[in-house]
Amino acid sequence: MSNRRQSVRDRVALGIARRYRRERNFRLLGLAAVLVGLSFLAFFFLTLIGNGYTAFLQTHIRLDVELSASLIDPDGELDPQTIGRANYQGLIQNALRARFPEVASRNELRELFALVSPGAAFELRDSVLGNPDLIGETMDLWLVADDDVDMLIKGHIDRSAEESQRRISDPQLAWIEALEADGRIERQFNHRFFTAGDSRDPEMSGIRSAITGSFLMLLVTLALSFPLGVATAIYLEEFAPKNRWTDLIEVNINNLAAVPSIVFGLLGLALFINLFGLPRSAPLVGGLVLTLMTLPVVIIAGRAALMSVPPSIREAALGVGASKMQMILHHVMPLALPGMLTGTIIGMARALGESAPLLMIGMVAFIVDVPESPLDPATALPVQVYLWADSPERAFVERTSAAILVLLAFLLAMNAAAILLRKRFERNW
Amino acid sequence: MPSSTVLAVLLAMTLLAFVLGRRRSLARSGARFHSLPTYYGSYVAIWCAFPALAVFCLWQLAEPGFIRSQVIASLPAEVLALPEAELGLLYNDIRNLVEGNFVTAEPSEEVVAAAARYESLSRISDLGLALTVLLLGTATLGWAFRRVNPAFRARNRVEKTMQRLLMVASTVAIFTTIGIFFSVLFEAFRFFQQVSPLEFMFGLSWSPQTAIRPDQIGSSGAFGAVPLFAGTLLISGIAMVVAVPVGLMSAIYLSEYANRRVRAVAKPMLEVLAGIPTVVYGYFAALTVGPLLRQFGEGFGLDVSSESALGAGLVMGIMIIPFVSSLSDDVINAVPQELRDGSFGLGATRSETIRKVVLPAALPGIVSSVLLAASRAIGETMIVVMAAGLAANLTANPFEAVTTVTVQIVTLLVGDQEFDSAKTLAAFALGLLLFLTTLLLNIVALGVVRRYREQYE
Repeated sequence: MSNRRQSVRDRVALGIARRYRRERNFRLLGLAAVLVGLSFLAFFFLTLIGNGYTAFLQTHIRLDVELSASLIDPDGELDPQTIGRANYQGLIQNALRARFPEVASRNELRELFALVSPGAAFELRDSVLGNPDLIGETMDLWLVADDDVDMLIKGHIDRSAEESQRRISDPQLAWIEALEADGRIERQFNHRFFTAGDSRDPEMSGIRSAITGSFLMLLVTLALSFPLGVATAIYLEEFAPKNRWTDLIEVNINNLAAVPSIVFGLLGLALFINLFGLPRSAPLVGGLVLTLMTLPVVIIAGRAALMSVPPSIREAALGVGASKMQMILHHVMPLALPGMLTGTIIGMARALGESAPLLMIGMVAFIVDVPESPLDPATALPVQVYLWADSPERAFVERTSAAILVLLAFLLAMNAAAILLRKRFERNW
Repeated sequence: MPSSTVLAVLLAMTLLAFVLGRRRSLARSGARFHSLPTYYGSYVAIWCAFPALAVFCLWQLAEPGFIRSQVIASLPAEVLALPEAELGLLYNDIRNLVEGNFVTAEPSEEVVAAAARYESLSRISDLGLALTVLLLGTATLGWAFRRVNPAFRARNRVEKTMQRLLMVASTVAIFTTIGIFFSVLFEAFRFFQQVSPLEFMFGLSWSPQTAIRPDQIGSSGAFGAVPLFAGTLLISGIAMVVAVPVGLMSAIYLSEYANRRVRAVAKPMLEVLAGIPTVVYGYFAALTVGPLLRQFGEGFGLDVSSESALGAGLVMGIMIIPFVSSLSDDVINAVPQELRDGSFGLGATRSETIRKVVLPAALPGIVSSVLLAASRAIGETMIVVMAAGLAANLTANPFEAVTTVTVQIVTLLVGDQEFDSAKTLAAFALGLLLFLTTLLLNIVALGVVRRYREQYE
């Protein structure tokens, strides 16, 4: 009898070590899981920043460009049309030739001219058009370098590699090194990235048109989803009778919140574009589709905000003779508004990051011009990321990462605003 | 008068109506009015704006069709004999001519005549619209204005209208669902008229091209969607294998083990993962994880495709970790402390308590969070569009490239489309399937919670 009791106690005692070991392992497993998520996040941001920060700087080449009057404005009439048509490419090429007079063969000249971006000529034209007094002078100008030169300077092209293995030839490398020795190559802030539209030349491309497209789209989304969402939340929370119809609406809203975004894109394509005949690629259609997507978020947040207003407020309002509508509009809404706004901002942030439905309605276009109205063809920032990620040029890799950083900065700002709003107006009743 | 001007004038009239109504109730200072002056103003304004606005919308809807039928009826008989599609092109020419856009060729005489007719018709229509809307607005304004008197219960009327507006707003959600369902169903139905549903559901080969010329080689195309389902399941399966253990264990660690400071930092950080746009994950999967896996595979002598299912699945798994973890966290926290205390009192360790008491109690919620995460994974688009393949391989090897339903929808619909080819319509059939699958998963997920939730009261 005592023997058996002894053995049970032994068994329990023996088991304790094993159980504690298991306990420790389980705990470590949990810690590991958290660390997996966090380390991915760290890896993710480090890679993005590491890839992207160089895109905010752009290599420039300093050249003495002679704006000879005989080439730009032979008649001396300062007619903008003549000035606009002049061969600025030729002026830049002359400047390059003057810097490297020993280059003579056709092939070598072509390689030499390729050091400067073709876009530099357009910028030169615009600055001459803006200030015709410059004609006839020799200007000391910083011109945009070609993307291959840019990549070389930023170290993405290996100078010691075989000539056939890199996109910069040996003579080009020699010229670049000569310019570097002169202090004629410099990395400057890449303002084009923020002021230009898309371009086939990576060094001339920017996110301005994509940001404007996103902005117009969010404007449409906000203008529609906030009033609709708030109205729905008020109806469901305050007026709706408890019946099957109300249930149906509620189930619907919850389901819509979980429908894949690409299905909303199909709806937009079939309904807004094919049936209603709205233009493809327009921020208006994008905004409509995103409205339907964000509506459930706004409604759910709005209802939660209304629910958190204590009944004492309502009863007090009714007690002094307010009608139900007056109670809601004058007393409940002001208290629920911060919560509703928080939900709306979070919904907007999600809409800003969305791209799949936009692919369906043709917002994957090559947009150079900045859209001016919600009916102009446009693209959105995440879609621009998608388009650039597909481009073969090495220089677009850093631009994609930089565009992502800008997108994440916007999202961060919006979420921070939502959190601040919540903190500022949160009340414990 | 362009329609925007009509709307602007109507808006001005509405404001005027508000002021007039309010004034009238204030002017008779001796009388005691039933409602506050604002309500009388709003009442008159509502009556001024709404009927006119309704007429405006109806007119705008009916106008293009009416003008089209009138213009086409005026065309000569030999033009009317053209097939419907060519007639449509001709009509586009007429409209382009009117709007001053490029015209395909030198406009023929009848096109110019028709364009003139189009122009005069639309001018008459615009004028008619302006007159009708503004006269109606004035009439209803006057009628409502005359009703303003002390006994009139303006507040009740205005509030009733507002309540109706709120109700109308709440039906948008229903109409969205109906819209999605029918727009997708309609196109899918047209697809199934060309391709049999059986072939679509059970066919093993997917190569959605349609012929430009009828005698082309391989012109028939194949619409067997099984490789797409398999690819979708493979990638989402990999994602779930990553997300469920990691998400669940993080939820357990954060709610049961971590102290408050760790929790306050780690939980929002994990939720950041859910806020990152999917296109960013896609970029990451395609440019960082894909090549990394490929190098890794070469080290082990494995042939890993750079668009492997594994790469897309892993990144997608990371993306849905927060969906699993934050929902599971909620349900684990909802398990009452008494259950844990009881278990500790019997001598169980913390991990035994979690595994034997907390998890079983939280199971319905956890199952539902896993189902919701799975529906996310199946419907996820950008990651697979950027990081998975395009070719429909029927394989279970995670190192090979597979394609998914969403990838095919995007590939079929991006770019120019003709809306009667099976190729374009196939995207809608896939969309219908996707919609129904995710809907089913959501309904089951909600049902599990509702049915098996433990009530601790």
